Amino acid sequence: MQSSIASNTTTTAKLKFSIRRPSGWTLAAACVALIIATPILTILGFLFYPSTDTWQHLADTVLTDYISNSLLLMLGVAVGAGSIGICTAWLTSMYNFPGRQLFVWSLLLPLAMPAYIIAFTYTGMFEVAGPVQEWIREAFNLRYGEYWFPEIRSLGGAITMLSLVLYPYVYLLARAAFLDQSTCALEASRTLGCGPWRSLFFVALPLARPAIVTGLSLALMETLADYGTVQYFGVSTFTTGIFRTWFGLDDSVAAAQLSGLLMTFVFVLILLERWSRQQARFHHATNSYRTLPNIKLPPLMGWLATIACLLPLFFGFLLPIGQLTQWAVMTFSEMVDSSFYALALNSFLLAGTAAVLTLIPALILSYGSRNHATPLSRFLVRLSGMGYAIPGTVIAIGILIPFGALDNSIDAWMLEHFDTGTGLIFSGTIFILLFAYMARFFTVSLNTIESGLGKIRLSMDEAAKTMGYSGIAVLRHIHLPIMKGSILTALIIVFVDVLKELPATLVLRPFNFNTLAVRAFELASDERLADSSTAAIAIVLVSIIPVILLSRTIAHSRPGQPQ
Amino acid sequence: MNHWITPSILILALTLLSGSTLASEEVNLYSARKEALIKPLLDTFTKQTGIKVNLVTGKAKTLLKRLQSEGRNTPADILLTTDAGNLNAAKTAGLLQAIDNTVLTAAVPQNLRDSDNQWLALSIRSRVIVYSKERVKASELSTYEELVNPKWKKRICIRSSSNIYNQSLLASLIAHNGVSKAEGWAKGIVANMAQSPKGNDRAQVKAVAVGICDIAIINTYYMGVMQEKDADQQKAASQVSVFFPNQEGRGAHINISGAGLIKGAKHKENAIKLLEFLVGDEAQKWYAQANHEYPVKASIPVSKIVNAWGYPFKQDNLNVDELGKHNTEAVKIFDRVGWK
Repeated sequence: MQSSIASNTTTTAKLKFSIRRPSGWTLAAACVALIIATPILTILGFLFYPSTDTWQHLADTVLTDYISNSLLLMLGVAVGAGSIGICTAWLTSMYNFPGRQLFVWSLLLPLAMPAYIIAFTYTGMFEVAGPVQEWIREAFNLRYGEYWFPEIRSLGGAITMLSLVLYPYVYLLARAAFLDQSTCALEASRTLGCGPWRSLFFVALPLARPAIVTGLSLALMETLADYGTVQYFGVSTFTTGIFRTWFGLDDSVAAAQLSGLLMTFVFVLILLERWSRQQARFHHATNSYRTLPNIKLPPLMGWLATIACLLPLFFGFLLPIGQLTQWAVMTFSEMVDSSFYALALNSFLLAGTAAVLTLIPALILSYGSRNHATPLSRFLVRLSGMGYAIPGTVIAIGILIPFGALDNSIDAWMLEHFDTGTGLIFSGTIFILLFAYMARFFTVSLNTIESGLGKIRLSMDEAAKTMGYSGIAVLRHIHLPIMKGSILTALIIVFVDVLKELPATLVLRPFNFNTLAVRAFELASDERLADSSTAAIAIVLVSIIPVILLSRTIAHSRPGQPQ
Repeated sequence: MNHWITPSILILALTLLSGSTLASEEVNLYSARKEALIKPLLDTFTKQTGIKVNLVTGKAKTLLKRLQSEGRNTPADILLTTDAGNLNAAKTAGLLQAIDNTVLTAAVPQNLRDSDNQWLALSIRSRVIVYSKERVKASELSTYEELVNPKWKKRICIRSSSNIYNQSLLASLIAHNGVSKAEGWAKGIVANMAQSPKGNDRAQVKAVAVGICDIAIINTYYMGVMQEKDADQQKAASQVSVFFPNQEGRGAHINISGAGLIKGAKHKENAIKLLEFLVGDEAQKWYAQANHEYPVKASIPVSKIVNAWGYPFKQDNLNVDELGKHNTEAVKIFDRVGWK
């Protein structure tokens, strides 16, 4: 390191260079953001169409339902996913109890479970005509109506399903934040007489709040975008309303305007998240990162902690997987043929490619806005990140329209000037499918990268530069080691998300191209649950390896941890 | 740079995997019918003719949107849907062309075809009443209109009005009785519902079997499939019977699955061949036997299960393209009367 110290003059030159660069970065960042925001801008464009009388009809009849149900759903999932995520993260980060090593990674497993699959599975088990209630009726000789049983197809049911599969986002980010906290802050709080729980509420939680809010906002954006679960449970929300207005009332303008309204919800959510991050005035004052001593819990408390971690794992993963496996055993031979392996391969390659493609603009944008953010570029970045809360079908339509227009204009221009048409260049290809994933999941990548980048203070770059590191060398020796965990996390979450993605795939895919999610959904939506189970399990299996990788990454991401 | 090389290779691999569409003899199909319910037929067609069928499945409305945005360059030759309304919408949007073919017009009766022959029905299903064998006598049932009678209070199960089959049923009531009577009907049904709508048609049958309600309104083929499926579904299905309403009057409401020829189809000849195959005896038998639908061709027998409910029954002769015309009004009525 010392040998590479350069003379003062070159350092000054480099610093000047890096000050002149911003415009280039900002421009690149703005372009990338604009391209990714294409579908969102297309939908927003509909806001300028004159509104139809459908609006009056909606306002008179169902709009209040859409809004109140969506809000209740978000509130419920915030409480559900938030409390599960924070509790399990705190327990596994701070304490030692039976099974902790196992829970650290297995608590992430529900992430691999698509919400619509868990909804179908639970309905199959717990609906009135399902085996559980059947058993109750037979065992106690009761008839329907003579006993109480929670209605699975309801708002409460939807909240439960979504909380069970979305809490890992909170767990993931909260745990990373807890592990990141220097022991000093916690030890200081203990010396000042705070018990573990007081430390949680007064020290650890405030410090981890930005991460928790980020996790929650991801979970809530996915809640807003969910269509499969709420539709199946008969809960009217914004998403079901958009489809009803568009498919049923045949008013695509009003449907797009509803989507626009949904986006304002999202924007508020994003602003809250930003605001919360900016309010984070607590910084680690020291860099003392000894391995955190896990407090060994006394036997009784230890087992309680075990149960607390086991419950979400059981209901979010083990139980549905058990049911799916039971179904799959019955239908396996019928459903698995050579085409099934092609499905799995398609899904895997698609998810892998999309994960990498989504990472690149996330890197460009977060580096672009790191040093030289202008209000405009910041706004564009937020705009491009909204896709995560927009139902996949809406994103898909927002892609179909501009690319169809582009393809047809190129074709017309070529015909006019060269007498040969080009046909459709992008439409109906894997390209726009990948683009849709990028538009939809960009925010996941971006948030993860940004929070990773947040750990690298500008002073660290400057220090390295003063010591003569070139820009590339700073990236390689300072940024890469610190960012490795975030990059892997971004890759893996997008990978799993794409694997589960359904609506955009359904609308945009090329001929003869199926994925596991499409196969599982087509069968399940026909209430052929048993037949759909093999594809559903395959989605989970393909996701498990990356999910385990992810948990290992967090385990090793702690500064001072042996790599 | 490594970032770019890997994905490029992957994209290439994916494109190759996605199946080349360069084969000389082929036809491209956009289908709102799910893969499992159409692929077996298409495979038979390919085996017989050597024409490869390229398939994309999806929801009817999104396929329409895709056709619209792809414009005159769309690769699709045929649009296949499971209701008349969306075929009518495709016609109105100028996406279809007239099919001039005597084999097809001879096979499909007039009321099951578009007036300009831009689309035609491939199979028929009826939306009927099923009732609990234990708690309801067939003699208590008569028409759709009669279901608003207060004696059915808290006894009816029916799925959400977001579903196209309910929209079509109400559209047929609008066509026959006018908007205000249709709205009164929808209101009456909501008042008689045993629970707020949830689940699909099979779930309604199960709800009757368990005792949540005494009657339900469902599509016929669901009942057929349930009767031959696994033990659970068979058990539920065995506790209910099928009733065809309005047999003294206009007949039971029917809807279709059908197909239209896309304007500017690049494989028009092959597309016509495929349509001929789909209304041919073999395919019609498959619709009847495998999915318990009613064939459009009168000469083809229905499945044993379907036959046991009573066949032939009186079908509503309303031209099915009327259903599409009243669809929007139907949804507005549903919203107004609070049918979830």
